[in-house]
Amino acid sequence: MKRLLCLQLVAAGTLLAQHSFTQVDIEDGGRLFRANCAVCHGAEGNQVPGIDLAHGKFRRAKTDEDIVAIMRNGIPGTAMPPTNFNDSVALTVVAYLRTMAAATATTTSGGDPTRGKAIYEGKGNCVSCHRIRGTGSRSGPDLSDVGVYRLAGELERSITEPDAEILPQNRHFRGITKDGATITGTLLNEDKYAIQILDSKDRLVSVKRASLKEFTFTTDKSTMPSYKDKLTHQELSDLVSYLASLNGVEVKGGEAR
Amino acid sequence: MRKLALLLTLAATLLPGQITFDRIVNANKEPQNWLTYSGTPLSQRHSLLTQITPLNVKNLELQWIFQSQSLEKFEATPLVVDGVLYTVQAPNDVVAMDAETGRIFWVSPYAPSPEARVCCGRVNRGLAILGDTLFMGTIDGHLIALDAKTGHAIWNVTVAKAEAGYSIMHAPLVVKDKVIVGTAGGEYGIRGFLAAYDAKTGKEAWRFNTIPGPGESGHETWAGDSWMHGGASVWVTGSYDPQLNLTYWGIGNPGPDWNSDTREGANLYSDSVVALDADTGKLKWYFQFSPHDDFDYDSVQVPVLADMEWKGKIRRVMLWANRNGFYYVLDRATGEFLQGKPFAKVTWTTGLDDSGHPVRVVSANPSREGTLVYPGVQGATNWFSPSYSPHTGLFYINTWENYSSVFNKLPGDFVEGRRYTGGAPRSPVPSLRATQVINRTEEEGYGVVRAYDPKTGMRKWEFKMADVTGSGVLTTASDLLFTGGREGYFWALDARTGTELWRTNLGGPVDSGPMTYSLNGRQYVSISAGNSLFTFALRQ
Repeated sequence: MKRLLCLQLVAAGTLLAQHSFTQVDIEDGGRLFRANCAVCHGAEGNQVPGIDLAHGKFRRAKTDEDIVAIMRNGIPGTAMPPTNFNDSVALTVVAYLRTMAAATATTTSGGDPTRGKAIYEGKGNCVSCHRIRGTGSRSGPDLSDVGVYRLAGELERSITEPDAEILPQNRHFRGITKDGATITGTLLNEDKYAIQILDSKDRLVSVKRASLKEFTFTTDKSTMPSYKDKLTHQELSDLVSYLASLNGVEVKGGEAR
Repeated sequence: MRKLALLLTLAATLLPGQITFDRIVNANKEPQNWLTYSGTPLSQRHSLLTQITPLNVKNLELQWIFQSQSLEKFEATPLVVDGVLYTVQAPNDVVAMDAETGRIFWVSPYAPSPEARVCCGRVNRGLAILGDTLFMGTIDGHLIALDAKTGHAIWNVTVAKAEAGYSIMHAPLVVKDKVIVGTAGGEYGIRGFLAAYDAKTGKEAWRFNTIPGPGESGHETWAGDSWMHGGASVWVTGSYDPQLNLTYWGIGNPGPDWNSDTREGANLYSDSVVALDADTGKLKWYFQFSPHDDFDYDSVQVPVLADMEWKGKIRRVMLWANRNGFYYVLDRATGEFLQGKPFAKVTWTTGLDDSGHPVRVVSANPSREGTLVYPGVQGATNWFSPSYSPHTGLFYINTWENYSSVFNKLPGDFVEGRRYTGGAPRSPVPSLRATQVINRTEEEGYGVVRAYDPKTGMRKWEFKMADVTGSGVLTTASDLLFTGGREGYFWALDARTGTELWRTNLGGPVDSGPMTYSLNGRQYVSISAGNSLFTFALRQ
């Protein structure tokens, strides 16, 4: 029966979801995809004619294992080379491919990154919460390389619907100590006895759980407001295109004399 | 009004986490922190913390361990800034952790270029900080600025090309608004240099070639084209004298290491200390310890700066225990040689002349069939830090005694990015890695901590180990000395007598320098060994 279902789905040309993945798998896979696959397949996975990785459109693969095998072995006689990924690493890329459809679905396109930068710094006032290459606030996520791990569709959604998805590394901590003080910050790490945060005064602190009366890690409510009605469609396109262009620091210099 | 301005200035300088250069220069005023590789720009690796004393040190107990996810040697000395400990997981992952518990705030991973080639370990020796920015040199020749609060990169400059054999191992040195680093790679035929970069932007401010080019003074000390690939690396962090505005750096060996046929001459500034104007990088003076070196006796030591009474008047001196087997006292304003004495068995020279230059033994030079020479290729000491205690007035040197190599001389042609050493010395003591079992006699080499009175040149005491050591030395104002060795022990000694007061077995070789800090009224001592960082404090 399972086999039959599988065959039906293959017949329908759809990629069968065989594995469950974590957010970490998806992000790891995204990094690998951009570093290894996007050169030929494109950031949105549709650059090779007849293949649209984001929408499950493959020439040869039917199952996750097929994709893993292609990644590992390449396809002889084609431009698809083998990689050195092991199975579990290759599966993270599969995890990413499976989430790509949502990530690449944008309403914006053709934005201008230069105008987007002006909106980031001006009308959007993004610098009041975000930091890029050492400039801006640390209360929100550092965006220096956000274009490396987020696609345009994800960026757009984060701007218009900030609550839709909060990555684990961007969870907000809010605690009330036994003597009534409120501590807030970005959750960095935790253990049985303490919670490590970057607090609202930009201090790295380890808060002892025993000192807290109550605390929460916000997973479904961002501290960021929605910009849905604050930016025009063009401004949103520009801002998204600016953010998508951020790929970390540019390496400078370089000749020994 | 002036008072208000002063208060405002103070408030600005005391902003938590903002490490001004003023705080770095006056690091002794906040001994709870450890703000530079060697503790302060004077590089004495001496702390004014006194909670742990010779009487209570027996109550030290382990507080936490950080196990790095790296099998490389753990050579970094951490920084501690207001309760946050920063270190480097080899080769170049920066880690921020809670100094009280060792719990991690963030890890900033760095993947060096596959082109990186290093002779002696994919290691890193630590970080520098200014403001709230950390600085790290990488094994693929980059200098990177990172946000100290988040680990995100702010800028990244290529100091020199990894594929040509350049690398950076040492912790950068911050002077005013600049970050100074030098290049390693002397075993790959590089031409070394020191360079200063603007801390805010990464823009190069000055460069000092450790091998002078055509037209520059000292160029004549290299025959033919040998200067182009003559090495003269920088492997360890320099020092800074704020009054003289001079920065001091030890320079590595000339290359090819063991075949000097093509590089006739003194080979400046290899095996030297250079004193540079910190604003311009211009050479103020130099002192070459081992002219025309044939043994890889790099001056890979931290320049230790101290002020002491010298023949009736206070002198600004520099203490230097060199890989060549001699320890020196120099005047650091002028470079004048004040004293030099052997601190281990030496056979390559009959001694130093009045100007401090070694009188060479020609029969000791490397040969085709091999020549037995003391000290061996790793030197009588190496990159690991010594310590000077103003409290005891003693200079403490971790020493390899009775250590020799057979130096053979082989042909060696330069090919970019390939080893360029002209030989392969052999020794009873392994050069870079500890072995899990040792079975040597004392005559074949051992490690020893030696304490010297720099004024008289007399040895005050010594503390012998069975194996050699890759550990630095830390002293405290309570007259404790902390150090370790390849056999895996970490010791607390009485800095006045060398008596062992406490030890623990860390289970792996100590290849780093101990440091100390305090937090919430408790003094901690940290040391890395094997692949982990261990932190101790008194039992509560």
